[in-house]
Order: sequence, then structure tokens, then C-alpha cells
Amino acid sequence: MFDGLSAKLGEVFDRLKRRGALSEADVSEAMNEVRVALLEADVALPVVSDFIAAVQEKAVGHEVLNSVTPGQMVVKVVHDHLVEMLGPDDAPVNLDAAPPVPILMVGLQGSGKTTTAGKLALRLIQRERKKVLLAGLDVQRPAAQEQLRILGEQAGATTLQPVIGEQPLGIAKRALDVARREGFDVVILDTAGRLVIDAELMSEVAQVRAAVNPAETLLVTDAMAGQDAVNVAKEFNEKVGVTGIVLTRVDGDARGGAALSMRAVTGVPIKLMGVGEKLEALENFQAERVAGRMLGMGDIVGLVERAADTVDKEEAEKAARRALKGQFNLEDLGNQLKQIRGMGDIGGLLGMLPGVGKMKKQMQAANVDDKTIAHQQAIISSMTPKERRNPKILNARRRKRIAAGSGTSVPEVNRLLKQHQQMSTMMKKMGKMGKKGQMPGAMPGMPNMPGQLPPGRG
Amino acid sequence: MSGEGEGEGAATGWRARLKSGLAKSSAAVAGAINDIFVKRPLDAASIKDLEDALIAADLGVDAARRLSQGVAKTAFDKDPDPADIRAFLAANIAEILDPVAMPFVPDDTCKPHVVLVCGVNGTGKTTTIGKLASQFQAEGRSVMLAAADTFRAAATEQLQIWGERTGCEVIAAAPGADAAGLAFEALQRARAQNIDLLLIDTAGRLQNKSDMMNELKKIMRVLAKQDAAAPHSVLLILDATTGQNAHSQVQVFAEMVQVTGLIVTKLDGSSKGGVLVSLAERFGLPVHAIGVGEQIGDLSPFAAADFANSLLDVDA
Repeated sequence: MFDGLSAKLGEVFDRLKRRGALSEADVSEAMNEVRVALLEADVALPVVSDFIAAVQEKAVGHEVLNSVTPGQMVVKVVHDHLVEMLGPDDAPVNLDAAPPVPILMVGLQGSGKTTTAGKLALRLIQRERKKVLLAGLDVQRPAAQEQLRILGEQAGATTLQPVIGEQPLGIAKRALDVARREGFDVVILDTAGRLVIDAELMSEVAQVRAAVNPAETLLVTDAMAGQDAVNVAKEFNEKVGVTGIVLTRVDGDARGGAALSMRAVTGVPIKLMGVGEKLEALENFQAERVAGRMLGMGDIVGLVERAADTVDKEEAEKAARRALKGQFNLEDLGNQLKQIRGMGDIGGLLGMLPGVGKMKKQMQAANVDDKTIAHQQAIISSMTPKERRNPKILNARRRKRIAAGSGTSVPEVNRLLKQHQQMSTMMKKMGKMGKKGQMPGAMPGMPNMPGQLPPGRG
Repeated sequence: MSGEGEGEGAATGWRARLKSGLAKSSAAVAGAINDIFVKRPLDAASIKDLEDALIAADLGVDAARRLSQGVAKTAFDKDPDPADIRAFLAANIAEILDPVAMPFVPDDTCKPHVVLVCGVNGTGKTTTIGKLASQFQAEGRSVMLAAADTFRAAATEQLQIWGERTGCEVIAAAPGADAAGLAFEALQRARAQNIDLLLIDTAGRLQNKSDMMNELKKIMRVLAKQDAAAPHSVLLILDATTGQNAHSQVQVFAEMVQVTGLIVTKLDGSSKGGVLVSLAERFGLPVHAIGVGEQIGDLSPFAAADFANSLLDVDA
């Protein structure tokens, strides 16, 4: 259910890949699946309809029929259109105004405004060497101001001292006064969460906006948001005026369809994305990455980063490169298995991998869980270093010994070796495609992999 | 929250607030259905449009399809009154939701009845705890709060303010302290003081972060050391603005910490909370209450028919 988009598109594209030529009917059928998948990923209905119409038009016709591999063509059209709609990448946070530059954070309750304000402060201090003042305009939620103060402290920003009873508009004006007087470069104004149907609160934030004339009004939204995200974005844009979107909780397992809806309905760029609880976990928006994940092509970058949390980052990247070259031995696999348990939940990791829907089902069918990993670790531990580096020498007698040593069976040992073989082949293919600049989605059918998967280190 | 011991006036107040909150949001789906059937016959195309309207209310593709097929198979006039279609859908949805509409009733034989409150970030856990504490106290129970969100900045302060508002003692620790240790200590104190209810606030955690989920499991384990039945309830707080990811949330939290019931927050917004329908079908977990505002009284028992009627703008 929750990996709907990747699973569904995986099935569709598999089917397209298997066929030599692509008819209009094929495209229509695929588009039906794409439509359902996008809806299940919480892309809003009107946005889905537009998307499908545009892609269908691009996909049907000679462009596709003349191509050598029609399936790849459709995948590419869908992917490219998605990237186009989500983009541009790296839209900068606009600081192009006379200092102090006001930045206004708005959004629903619980979307992550205050945390993002703290993260943005850190980013501007570290990357742009700005002197940042944080001001909490949230007089609704208990301890919201205190939360901002603590985050400000962690980021090395100054936080405006609250005055009891002061209202948001007054706080905003005072913040700018203080910033002017004390020579701050940027003032980040964190507002209370509000519902778009709350006319009073919407007009309050519109007043703040009118008073401070921010260089950026950032709508902070949750990647898990449902169909209503489209209304939320529309309302905030119409009533307050939005200049950029910040997508939070991109490190969760939501497909993030709301991002597409909000981008489409407001026309303003998605500028930043929150990818973790740490204050540093705020990144430039990357359309390719989000689109790739939405289409089940995996989020290899995210995976490497996730691995870097547990492993040394440099080492992880080196290992990833090695794996993509196909130099992936059982020692690597053993290390990975160890790290998988450190990195945690298999389901979460799976969401980041290419062709995930199909594999996930296979893994569920094969009952792959933490216990399986423990068994596989035991098998690898029972090998000699020589065997791990060169699995080709594993003859029947060695396999028997390993099975006995690890308390498993020869079939289990065989299965692990077969998986390793397949993983190694698959990663080699991925590596080659990366070189050719081809899309990962254009990959030939995923090898049958009921077993363990490569995490970022792989 | 059990509804027992509550004055009729208070209950009516909640219902009115739910209705006024949902009324604003119901306009969209009800309006769409009116538009579909106002001048069109009941045919494949209008059924498809109906399905889309339900999807736009977060019901999910499968539930939307089933419900609209139900309309297709029912003997309506060829030119049906949109109001009849809405009433039919509302009745169907109420039927699905009715089995899960269960008020939260504390077990007064447990001293204390331990309630672990969990969920992803920003769903309204702390606010909900404040509201729950207020209701339980109004029902004459003694309540203690434990600030086991030792991670998020000022989470403890936020709960402490709710403690002041409700007059409940709040057990807190320094930021970064071990959440399980704090929960353990809170249970010890609640037992010593013969408290009726211990509400434990936890840090928001995304369900795919296994280290954070394991922390939650650890809290469960240490509580069980003192009282094998604790926590007696594990409440998952869901945000009504959430889309289909709610399924992943319920699935993982239920698997990891044996969720006993749901509370759905922010239903006073423009989001329809339609995902509840498919959640009820798939998991059958009790829905105890809904949050309909930021004020202390803005927590209402979940009533299936009210919810369904408000969603489709049907007058009961």
C-alpha cells in the first residue's frame, strides 16, 4: 500500500519493457496505472490529470514508436516530465534585499516551521556567513518561543527576547527594529501554525507580511501531506503570497506526492528539503532525487547519506563506487549486513532502492527479516578470509563446512552465494548506466533477488 | 473522554464544533458530488467522477472505488438526487467506521492506567495529551504527565505548560535524558502516589527510523518491568492532513509497539481525514477521539455517523 507508486510503476514498466513495440493502447494502459499510482502517492487529483494528459501526449506517437526500446522511452518521458514539474533544482533562498532581510515562515500546525527556521538559521550562518536574528511570532502553541530560542542557540543565532502579551505583528516589527539597530543581515520570522480556513489567522499573517515585506515567504509543508495539500498551498499563496516551498520529513517513507501538487498549483519553486532531525539536515531541493524516489527508481544519494550516518562517509562513498564497478565481494556483503542492522529497518532502506516495489514483495515472500540477516552474517563469519574475497573457490566440501559452522544448511549457503552473485551483477549494471548517463529506470528487469540488499555502502 | 459523566451540554458542544470544523471541509467533497449528479445521469462516467471526488478526500483509490461501485450497483433513479447519493455514501462510510468508534475508557482497577502516546513528528501528541489530561481530570481522575520527549527542543516546557493549565504533575528530565528511564521513574512515582492515569508523551518519530522505533520499544519494556500489563494503552496520534502514508504509520507503529487505539487530530481544518475509512477497513483499530481545535476542550469522542454525515454534508 505505502510503496504504491514505486510498486505500480515497476509493474507497468516491466510490462512495457517486455514488449517490443508500444501501441497507443499500451500507453493508455500504462497511464491508467501511473494515474492510480500518483493518486496513491497523494498527488492531488487535478495535478494528476494534467500530468497524465501531458505525458500521454508526449509518449504516444512517432517519438515512441521509432525508439528502439519503447518501454525505456515511456519511463523517460514520465521521469523527465516529473522532474520538469518538480524543478528547478537549487532555487536559492533569496537574500537579495537591503539588510536586514526578512524571511517569513508559514504553514499548517506541525509541518515543521520552527525546526526549519532553526535549520535555515544554521545554514545562513555557516554557508553565507550571515548574522541571523530569529523571532518567534507563535504566541499560540505553548513553549513555541522557547523551542525557537533553544534551536537558535544551537545554530549560533540570536533569538528575539519575547515580551509577554506582545502580538505577532508587534513582534515582527520589533524584530526588524532590533535587527536594523544591531546590524543583523537576516531576520527569520517563525509564525504559528494555522489552518487555511481560519480567516482571522490567515489575515493576521497577511498583515505581518505586508508590514515586513519579506524577501522570502516560505511555505513549510510535510512530505506526508494528503490530497488537501493542494488547497493549503493555493490558499497560502493567494492570501499571504508564497515565494518558496520547504518540503519537510523527506527522510520518511512517504512518496511525497504533495510536493508535486504544491509546486504545480502555486508555481513557486521548492527551495529546500528537510531530511532529518539534526539541525544540519536541510538541503537544496533536488528534483531528480525526489522524482526518482516517487517513480521507484530509488534514492541512491539518500541511501549513501543514510549509510554515512552509521558509517564513515568517505568510506561509504568509496564502497558505493566499488560496488558500482562490480568489485563487490563477500567481505563487503558481510560488512553491509552488519551495517544494515545499525542503519535499521529494512523497509525504510528498501524505499531508497531502485525497483523497490518488486523486490519488496519478493523479500516479504522470502520472509527476509532481521533473523535472516543474522543467519547470513553467521554464514559469512564461518568463511575464511580467502573464501570471502574469492567465493569461486567455494566447493561442495567448503560449503558443507560453512553450513555446519554457521548452524545453517547448505541450501542456505547456496542461496546467499547466489544472492551475492546477483547483487554484484546488478550493481555492475547500475554502475555502467550511471556512466552512460542513462536513467536508472531504464534498467533491464531487476534480477531475482529474494535476499539481502545492498545498503549505501554497497 | 468516555462520554460518561459528561454533561449533555458538553457533548453537544463537541459535536457542534466537530460539525463546524468538518462543515467547512465537507463543502469540497459534497460540492463535487452535487456537481457530478446535478444534471447528469448515473452512468459509468459519473461513477468514475464520483470515485475521483472520493479520492480527493483522501479515501484512497481502493476504498473510493468500492464505495462508488456500491453506488453503481444500487437501484437509484436514472437521474438521482445528489443528496440521496451523499446519504447513501455517508451510511456506507458510517457502517465501515462504526465498529472502530470506541471511546477511550480508562481501567480504574489499574493504578495507574498507563497510556503511552506516540506518533510521527508534528501530529499533535503533546496538545492531545493536554486535552486528555483535562478531560480525565474533569471526570474526577488523578492524572500525571511524563515528558518522555527528551529530544525536541522545548517539548518538556510545552508539556509543563499543559500541566499548569490542567493542574497535573509533570515528570520531566534534562534535555537529552534517557526517555525510557524517565518513563520508568514516572511510573514509579505514579504508583507511589496512587495516581489513576499516567500519560506518557514521547518524541515524534518517523516510522522508518528503526533506532527511534527501538527507543519506543525500550520504553515499553521498562514499563512492563514494574507492571507487566503496562502500558495498558498505546495511542497513535494521526494528523488528519496526512495522506496515504497514514497506512504505513499505523502498520509500523502497530507492529512495533502494539497500538491499541488512534486519535485523529486537526480535523477542524480543510482536510477530510478520509484516510480513516481505509484505515478502519484494513486495521480495525479503535478510533477513540478526534482533535478539532487548539483549545483545551477541543477533543471530541469519535462518532462514526457524525463523522460520515459531516464528511458528506448530510443532515442527520
